[in-house]
Amino acid sequence: MAQVELRAIKKSFGDVAVIHGVDCPIADGEFVVILGPSGCGKSTLLRIVAGLETQSSGDVVIGGKVVNTVEPKDRNIAMVFQNYALYPHMSVRENMAYGLKVRGLPKPEIEAAVARAAKILELEKLLDRRPRQLSGGQRQRVAMGRAIVRNPEVFLFDEPLSNLDAKLRVQMRIELKQLHSQLKTTSIYVTHDQVEAMTLADRLIVMNGGRAEHIGAPLDVYARPATTFVAGFIGAPAMNLVPGTLVAGGVAIDGTKLGVAHPAKTVTGADVTVGFRPETLHLDPAGPVALLVTLVGALGADTLVHGRMGGPQGPTITARLPGVVKVREGERMVLRVAPEDIHLFDRATGRRID
Amino acid sequence: MGAEAARRNWVAHAVLLLGVAIFAFPIYVALVGSTWDAATIGRGSMPLVPGPLGVENYVQAWTSGSGERVVGAPVGGMLWNSMLMALVIAFGKIGISIISAYAVVFFNFPGRMFFFWMIFVTLMLPVEVRIIPTYQVVVDMGLFDSFWGLTVPLIASATATLLFRQFFLTIPDELVEAAKIDGAGPIRFFFDVILPLSRTNIAALFVILFIYGWNQYLWPLLITKSKELETIVIGITKMIGTGDSQTDWNIIMATTIMAMLPPVLVVLFMQRWFVKGLVDSEK
Ligand SMILES: Nc1ncnc2c1ncn2[C@@H]1O[C@H](COP(=O)(O)OP(=O)(O)O)[C@@H](O)[C@H]1O
Ligand SMILES: [Mg+2]
Repeated sequence: MAQVELRAIKKSFGDVAVIHGVDCPIADGEFVVILGPSGCGKSTLLRIVAGLETQSSGDVVIGGKVVNTVEPKDRNIAMVFQNYALYPHMSVRENMAYGLKVRGLPKPEIEAAVARAAKILELEKLLDRRPRQLSGGQRQRVAMGRAIVRNPEVFLFDEPLSNLDAKLRVQMRIELKQLHSQLKTTSIYVTHDQVEAMTLADRLIVMNGGRAEHIGAPLDVYARPATTFVAGFIGAPAMNLVPGTLVAGGVAIDGTKLGVAHPAKTVTGADVTVGFRPETLHLDPAGPVALLVTLVGALGADTLVHGRMGGPQGPTITARLPGVVKVREGERMVLRVAPEDIHLFDRATGRRID
Repeated sequence: MGAEAARRNWVAHAVLLLGVAIFAFPIYVALVGSTWDAATIGRGSMPLVPGPLGVENYVQAWTSGSGERVVGAPVGGMLWNSMLMALVIAFGKIGISIISAYAVVFFNFPGRMFFFWMIFVTLMLPVEVRIIPTYQVVVDMGLFDSFWGLTVPLIASATATLLFRQFFLTIPDELVEAAKIDGAGPIRFFFDVILPLSRTNIAALFVILFIYGWNQYLWPLLITKSKELETIVIGITKMIGTGDSQTDWNIIMATTIMAMLPPVLVVLFMQRWFVKGLVDSEK
């Protein structure tokens, strides 16, 4: 087990800058999830940690040592790939043993390590099968097994569950979480699935366009997103983000005025983006938000009401109301949102204003 | 099965049988010819049923070749030469091309595409086109009329390199990276992963290249002189007498039948590998 530290990592492929300086210390035993939309540089960052790609500048530190020029095999890491990358001509046993065999470990030691990993992952009955004789979930387990037999200091996962069907994904997520609490190995996990990220992470790194926009505990990221991108990316349905202007004691959106929690610190007249989550809107005849309903989605437990705020030309927002709400398209409803549930972002930079 | 389907099936089989008959008939004639005496064949009235001299003709062909007057090289030696040549060419081609394809696909070195195209352009030309310069080079190297002069120039292969390259390109990058993390260097990766995965490709290529080597005619004709290096294909053509000398067609037929056997055996034997490769595809 080891600490990992990314220091000002930058990466360009030719002229194209893909990662623009990521800093992040990762504690021993921590489970860090890198979350972001496809193409934002998550895999590239992970591959830099693995040593499969060389950063253009910056340092990767594992266990206190700068490993920039260390070969992947000597970084004491193990990686699980999205497509599993099992050796097709080797049995499950051979797949798991291969890394140890290459390192020249004595045979009994290899067998013990494979047996231990197989037991943890319940692969004992499958040891003599070939990868193609396994289901997707089983292959995923073998890939995991290949990583844990080596007893590395750091696990690296690149979207390991995204080739599985939804049900299996949930199950494997739970197993991964259990595995981590059992082994307590420092892990870096890449995904574009926010539910996966929220459930697995001790800490989240939300990436966008090659930048780490927010690094923090999942619930902190949810509660106080650092940028409009993070605000919109985390949470489903997504946070409502509408343009507004700061006024005395609150914020004005197209004639609707909402109270905010920290008006004192802000400058009146500034252009901002106002954010509030769909679930923070509540029915209240005395509330400030008038909604012209355009679409209703009844989910049973909740009702999603989409509509225009203020009037037919107002910004589109979504409210998530508990239970079944009897409302139809074209009708109007009145809602309230608490001042502490309002997030303000600088409209020019997208950064959070507190 | 309906009557209609049965009839269509019957037609299909009839066409196939006709095809087999057309292809097999010349071979049958050779087989029958190898059991008569030279005079019967010479008269042009050879019967289409086997004659009485089967064993004698084959024994003569095997031990002393076609009538002492003409050549006198026994088939046994020539078969051995052909076998050796075909094997060296087949294994040499596979070895060289799998290594060059490995280099071109998995390594990043300056000018790698240049080298790939060099291999491609120069070697796509058939042997016949580059035969004069090749001949000059081999003679200058002092390899004229030697086994290595006979085989080595035929070993370089663009086709096999291209084939392996295409196959290697289908191997996912992640597999290479997983091996890197597992600590396998380039040589280990080659022997532990690439070679086993290429098994069925190698088997298929072996059949093609063995037959290619076995059938070589022009190059052996140019580069060899001594009887000790004579291959079966050359031997057969030399058996056909010119001018007055009588041609022992019965012995020639026996020799051709024997010359056909090794390639046929290779195909039959390797076929099992093909089927295996098709049934349990590794990728
Ligand atoms: N080897 C490469 N050469 C050039 N561009 C690359 C290479 N690998 C990744 N990229 C580019 O870098 C960006 C980030 O890729 P990646 O890290 O794979 O994204 P993610 O994993 O977040 O989907 C993409 O725009 C991709 O096209
Ligand atoms: Mg990726």
